[in-house]
This record gives sequence, structure tokens and C-alpha cells, in this order.
Amino acid sequence: MKLRKGIQVIDQGNELGFWGGKFGGNFVPETLKKPIEDLEILFNKLKKDKKFIAERDKYFKNWIGVPTRFLKLENLTKHVGGAQIWSKVVSDANGGAHKIYNATVHCLLAKRSGKKIICGDTGAGYAGKMLSMAAKKFGLKCKIFMGAKDIERQQPNVKAMKKNGAEVIPVYSGSQTLVDAVSECMRFWVANCDTTAMCVGSTVGPAVFVRICGWSTSQISRELKVQLIDEFGFIPKKLKLYNCVGGGSSSFGFWNEFMDYDKKQCEFIGVEAGGPAKSKRHAAPLTYGSKIGILHGAAQYVNQNSDGQIEETESISAGLDYPGISPLHCFLKDTKRARYTAASDEEALEAYKLVTKYEKLKPSLEPSHAFSVAIREAKKMSKNTIVVVNSCGDAYKDKKILRNRLGKKYA
Amino acid sequence: MLNPIDLAFKKAKNENRPALLTYTVAGDSTKNQSLVILNAISKYADILELGVPHNTPVADGSQIQTSAYRAIKNGIKIEDIFWIVKKYKKNKNSKPIILMGYYNMIFQYGEKKFLDKCKKVGVNGLIVVDLPWPENKSFIKKCKKKSIYLIQLLSPTTSKERLNKIIRDSHAMNYFISMLSTTGGKLKVSAKKIMSNYFKIKKINPKKNVVIGFGITEKSIKSLKKADGLVVGSAICKEISVSIQKRQNPVTNVANLVKKLKYKIL
Repeated sequence: MKLRKGIQVIDQGNELGFWGGKFGGNFVPETLKKPIEDLEILFNKLKKDKKFIAERDKYFKNWIGVPTRFLKLENLTKHVGGAQIWSKVVSDANGGAHKIYNATVHCLLAKRSGKKIICGDTGAGYAGKMLSMAAKKFGLKCKIFMGAKDIERQQPNVKAMKKNGAEVIPVYSGSQTLVDAVSECMRFWVANCDTTAMCVGSTVGPAVFVRICGWSTSQISRELKVQLIDEFGFIPKKLKLYNCVGGGSSSFGFWNEFMDYDKKQCEFIGVEAGGPAKSKRHAAPLTYGSKIGILHGAAQYVNQNSDGQIEETESISAGLDYPGISPLHCFLKDTKRARYTAASDEEALEAYKLVTKYEKLKPSLEPSHAFSVAIREAKKMSKNTIVVVNSCGDAYKDKKILRNRLGKKYA
Repeated sequence: MLNPIDLAFKKAKNENRPALLTYTVAGDSTKNQSLVILNAISKYADILELGVPHNTPVADGSQIQTSAYRAIKNGIKIEDIFWIVKKYKKNKNSKPIILMGYYNMIFQYGEKKFLDKCKKVGVNGLIVVDLPWPENKSFIKKCKKKSIYLIQLLSPTTSKERLNKIIRDSHAMNYFISMLSTTGGKLKVSAKKIMSNYFKIKKINPKKNVVIGFGITEKSIKSLKKADGLVVGSAICKEISVSIQKRQNPVTNVANLVKKLKYKIL
């Protein structure tokens, strides 16, 4: 299995949509074959269309607000003592997280295809919130599927979705989290694909959704590349990019533009959700060696039992609480381009405490996982190593959990 | 030798009616009870689809999901499903069995091992909901070698060109999805429209049997009786759920329902 240089990773799948010959694909009911093919044709055309790209960039710039900040965490660096710790504050983006890029692109595509309704899934509620914002902006009706358990724990985002006019549909099946929300959303699309566009909230699902999402979030690394050169005059000789990985959309976007650099110069570290320290359950299929299976239309490493039933996950962060992982990350793992590890709930909370103690930054529980590993590893690194953590979400949505776990002071 | 599935269609045709196909979930609500249900409905149904329950079903509506979750919760495993088929096939009046499920379960079991086991216990056909053409090409061939039909799904969204290709590569039976819906949706298009789509498909290769499924109930079944076969699934799963709720015997209730369905198409 080989990662090719000079070709975008999203375009390295074979004719059936498999990366490395085995990850991804289109394991979908027959009814979805046609709408997926239509979307593929549209996307392949538009991603080469200068007018469309200009339109995308216009909304990214004027509405999402690019570039998001890139800043040195001076106090944290001093406290940790080791590598320089920087952050790409993607939570600056309109709405407070990276999910806005994918949502905006999907709404632009839906408009082009003449669809009037867009449906989407959400875990932490960010994908749903952003889709509701974008749908409102572009005049589309919006339906969001969300696990009942996630609705309970991510109320601020639920309120935001409703305020934007979206219908939030609670999903009570299975574990009542993201995995069930994605299934329910796909089922809704099966029954309504003639009038409705679907937005998959991460780099997961049938191949075209993986590609669209990766294409959209790559904005993050495009900005970072420019910002690094502005700051240092060149791409640093030792660069380490830390990102949390749930479905894998923010991490893929954070890394994409650096893909062709040697990994000795530019290393990618993906941090999965290890779950509670005392629990056997986790949401870290790459770290803990889960087997390949099929989930939501794509072959990927996925937590499952020997019968092939998808296993329930457990994580404090709803956004990482997914049993599978993007085929792109499976590909990056097996080609050894990226390294994957996990942080537990407790480690993420500790990292949140540390970051907020030293910096004016409130990373949500998802990037707190990445901070945890970055801080641990930065200690042992030289001063000329540049560690960058993608702070891809804001902690506002987590205030209830933070108050329960860490006390009022941190909420 | 004809596949018993072909014989079942032939028999129905001789009686000038469509074949009646039922769908129940293996292990709903228990391993033993689902076997008893199969035995009880064999008198009326021509072909029995047996659902392999999966916990992330992307094409099933709420009724079948409920049945599947109930079966999984009650501990059904893939080996139990083979056990059910094996036991059922010992029944002298047994009908052809089609296993219907999602690809991950076959993938984890191993395609070859799965087909060997199917052959051994007497499975006659397979429907793999999320393994469409052309992804299923190599699997079709493997099924053929074991004389097990891989029944392909055709949808109202399937293009003419694609229909031709799927039917060309298909075995002697295909499954037309009546409308854009998950299983068990309310029939939102007219029977006339469904039949007109059906005959377009049938024309491509009249020798191959095509059944219609999704949204068929006691009410609508009669209006579609010109098809080679009709599948009722969610309505049966619902009957099981309701029976459990009312503390009635699901076996008698389901058998009665299938009997009524049969009379509608005579």
C-alpha cells in the first residue's frame, strides 16, 4: 500500500472508491447508487471549476472568516518546557468549529443540484449546528439527526440548531449516539433522495462524502502553511501536527497540505478517544487495533464483535464517540504517514485544565484529547521543535460536562 | 437441477398467482420461536426470507429494526441462524430459504466459509442489502459455484443502463424495491405506477423472476398480484411486536396474517 505524491489523497482511491485497495468504497443500498453517482459527477466537475472555487472562497472568507488564528501558547510552552507549543485556533471559525467548512460546501453543492432540503447527522452537535447555519444562509430546509444521549449532553448546540430553524430529530435506536444518528440519517436519505441532499458530518460514509469533507476541511492546512511561512520564513525542520480523531475530518484537513513532506520533517499525530480510564470501551479503533469492517457504506477499521455487530463506544467527547474512522485515516495509518494514539477521558480533562490555566483558549473536549498527548510528548522534545495543536472546537458546548467533572470554576 | 426457488415460482405460476415471500428476523424474538414461526408459515408462504439482524442497518425501517434489536438483545449469533435453517430444513414441508442481511456479517465470517456453511445447512439464496452491483461481482460468482442465488435489488432510482447490467449479471431472481423508502414505509406511489415500473424491468429479461417488496401489507398486496412474487416483511415484524406487547402468541398471529395474505392473492 502506497501513498502517492503530487496527487491529493482524496483522489487516490481506485475506480470503486477504495483507498489502498481496501478502505472506503460504496457499500450502500441500491437506491442510493444513483444519487451518489450524481453527487460524484457534480463534485468532480465543480472541484475543478474556477468559478465554484471562487464562490467557495468568497463564503469561506466573508462568512466563515478565514484565516483562523495561529498563535504561540507562550505560557504553556514555558510551563511544559520542551518544544514550542502553538495552536491553530480553528474554533475561531463562524459557529465555533471546523464543521462549518464541510457544511458550507455541501449546501453549495445542494444548491447546484437543485435540492431544497438538506439532512445531516451530528454527534457533538457541531456538524448539525453548522449545517443548520449554512442551510439558513443558503435558503435550504434542514433536518438534523442526533442521538438522544447526545441531545442530552450537548444542549447548547441543540438550541443553536433549533434557533437556526432546523428540525432536530432525536434517534433512540442502539446506543443513541453518533453511530445511530448517521444510520438514521442515511435511512432518511434512502427514502427521500429525490428531494433531499445529504451531508455526512465527517470524512466517513460512502467515498464521495469522504472526499467532499476532506476537500472542504483542507482549508485549515492551506491557511496553516501560509501562516507558518509568515512566522518562520519557511516550513519548520521539525514540525509536529497534533489533532484529535473521531471520524477524522478536522485532522485530515489539518494535515492535507503537508502530506508530501517527509514525515521526519512534518509528523502527523492523531489522537483518538480512549474513553474512561477504567472502562474497556473506547472510540479508538486505530490505536487499539480494531479489525476492518463495513460501517455506513465504507470499509474501515471499526470496533465490532466477532459476528460483525458494531460495538458501542464510550467517550466523554460526543464528537469523538464513533466506532469507526475515516478510510483516509486507515490509509494514512497503513502507509505509516500518520501515527495514532489515544487519550483517556481523564487525560483530556487534565489537559483542558492546564490549557485554560495558562492560556486564553478554551478547547472543547475533542481537541483537549490532542492537547493531552501534545503536552506529554512536547516535554521530551527540543526547543526548535514546533508542535501545533488544532484547537478545532470551542468548549462552550461542554459547559455542563465540565461543571460536573471539574467544578464550577471550569465551566 | 432447478434451484428450489425456481420450483417455488413455477408452482405459483401454475396456480396462476404470485409467489408469496415472507420476511422474518432470525432470532425474533428468540432462536426457538423464530424457528417455530418458520414452520407455522410454511403452509402458506412459498419462499421464506430470513433476516440476519445487524445493529447498524442503513436500509431498514422501524419495524424491522425493532425485530433486529430484539433478536440481538436476546443473544442471537450467526451460528444460531445457521442452526435455525438447518433445523427448519428437516421439516418435510420446508420451503426455500433466503438469508437477507448486511455485508459486514458475511465479510467477518469470510465469504467462502459463509457460503460453505449456507450450502451445508440448506440456504437457497442470499440478499446482501449493502453489496450492490458492481461491488458484488466476485461474490455473485462465488454464490453461483455453490448454486446459491444472489438476489439483487433494483430500485426506482436505478438507471436503465444499470438495470441492464445488473440483470445481465444476475441469477434467476431479482428484487424490485417498490418505492424510495426504507423497509416498511407507507406505500407512497400507486400500485399502477409500481406495476408499470415492474413491467419495464421484467421486459429486460422475462425469464428471470422479479419480486416486489417494501411497503406491502394486507391492504396493498392484491393490487400488485401480477408480479412473479411479493414480499411482506415489516407487516409481519410488526405483528410479532404487537403480539408480544399484547401478551398474545406471536406464532399463531403471524401464521394467521400470512394465511390472510395468501388468500388475497389467490
